[in-house]
Amino acid sequence: MARHAHKEKLIHGLFLLNGLLVVFLLAGIFAVLVKTSIPAFREIPLGQFLFSSVWNPTATFTKPSYGILAMLVSTFMVSVGALAIAIPIGVGAAAYLSDVANRHVREIAKPIVEILAGIPSVVIGFLGIVLVGPMIARIFGLPNGLNALNGAILLAVMALPTIVSLSEDALKSVPRSFQEASLALGATHWQTLVKVKIPAALSGIIAACMLGMGRAVGETMTVLMATGCSIKMPASFLDSVQTMTATIAIELGEVPYNTTHYYALFGIGLVLFIITFFVNMASDIILHKYQRVMK
Amino acid sequence: MKLKNVTQAAGFLFLRICVTAAILALVVILADIVTKGIGVISWEFLTTMPKNGMTQGGILPAIVGTFLVTVITALLAIPLGMGCAIYLNEYASDTKLTRLIRMSIRNLSGVPSIVYGLFGVILFVQLMNLGTCVLSAGMTLGLMTLPWTITASEEALKNVPRSYREGALALGATKWQTIRTNVLPYAIPGMLTGTILGLSRAAGETAPILFTGAAFYLPFLPKSLFSQFMALPYHLYVMSTQHHAISKVRPIAYGTALVLITMVFAMNLVAVIARYRLRKIKME
Repeated sequence: MARHAHKEKLIHGLFLLNGLLVVFLLAGIFAVLVKTSIPAFREIPLGQFLFSSVWNPTATFTKPSYGILAMLVSTFMVSVGALAIAIPIGVGAAAYLSDVANRHVREIAKPIVEILAGIPSVVIGFLGIVLVGPMIARIFGLPNGLNALNGAILLAVMALPTIVSLSEDALKSVPRSFQEASLALGATHWQTLVKVKIPAALSGIIAACMLGMGRAVGETMTVLMATGCSIKMPASFLDSVQTMTATIAIELGEVPYNTTHYYALFGIGLVLFIITFFVNMASDIILHKYQRVMK
Repeated sequence: MKLKNVTQAAGFLFLRICVTAAILALVVILADIVTKGIGVISWEFLTTMPKNGMTQGGILPAIVGTFLVTVITALLAIPLGMGCAIYLNEYASDTKLTRLIRMSIRNLSGVPSIVYGLFGVILFVQLMNLGTCVLSAGMTLGLMTLPWTITASEEALKNVPRSYREGALALGATKWQTIRTNVLPYAIPGMLTGTILGLSRAAGETAPILFTGAAFYLPFLPKSLFSQFMALPYHLYVMSTQHHAISKVRPIAYGTALVLITMVFAMNLVAVIARYRLRKIKME
């Protein structure tokens, strides 16, 4: 009996260790980013890193400069642009699927949205080059269509599945009694949807959109391929931009290990980690608050 | 007709347009890749090495590379994901620690894939001194897949009725005996289904393997797990942006894209069919 108990304890311990692995992994990622970027911040003033828009680590005649502001702005521009496209379409599609569509339409449309989520980002980026780019170039009369608008359109396609399926979940979990009360008072289906159901599901929808935002900020391949890659302060959506993720992807393969430039790229990784961490946490908090209210 | 009915009709029309736009996005993507990629696909394209600076020949090393990396990803992510899910669903009670674990999982799934790539460079390539190779890349992708496999596995464990556990425990089985004989046999098919979906996403990822093992051009197959490799997603990236004659190799890029999405969809299809059959078994 005692041996049994020992064995059970051991197994329990092993599973606990396995469970703790994810905590170690998250902490480990953070620690690695901090530790590897510290040498960069010994050389680069933090003010320059965050608030200068000149990124020129390979300058030979002048002092190299490591400012990420232009990339930071580019990242937000592309992500916010993506959400501006994806939120109305995504929430609209979710509302249609949860409230208007009959079962047959739903059973066809839901897998389609799932399939869209499964397309690899590099394929979406490829289409940005061969399909969306030329289209933008033709419409706006530009020499090429690799710019922030292109990136925003592609990221919108990638954020759409997240926004649709989570918003639909939020709309579905609005108690039926809300809807029935509104309809009983003589409101139309549309009025019920817009004035009762969407407001009731709003925090769930906002959480979904923030999750989509987190994805867009961290997405690499699409923006790397479709936005033209030039590090400067973007003036409009038709400018070529280079996001933080794209900079890491382009430059890490080319710099020698353990140089200031190399450490600075991990510094960008750290900034990315912190941004996505807080966006995800915020989304999580909003969602949980909402679940409590609904209960 | 009353105004509110007109508004409703217009509103529903807008919603219908939204759904159509989402569906259209997928149709356009698939139509473009399939129509332009299908002409390139041949037995030779799938089974030969690239030739003449990748302007001719096939994509065999990229297919083999992606396959090998995905196997490594699975070997890392499946057991660790299942173990974590078993802990959360069978052992853990609602403590601060459990909540910390759940919070970590949610945050890990939000960590950008390129950040996993940075982590892989330090941990596998440098600290463990594996170098850039199949093993480093596969393990990096494995860590990235972990949050998805945990979530899917936990879902499967939750679907096993409580009574199965209670029956075994009442007969005097220990906790682990109960899990092994009365929970896992029913949960494992569901766990694997969800895991396949996670693996299909990992197979299509590019950013984490950029610096951990994927190679620009290798006209031979990887010799061992410690050699560099070509991968389908990275090959598509190279062929569409990095190659010296981009317009000349465009058809090969389309062919690669088609093979890549076919592979990802095939894995998805396997998961969907498995899920469907599981559901049927459960109903019977």
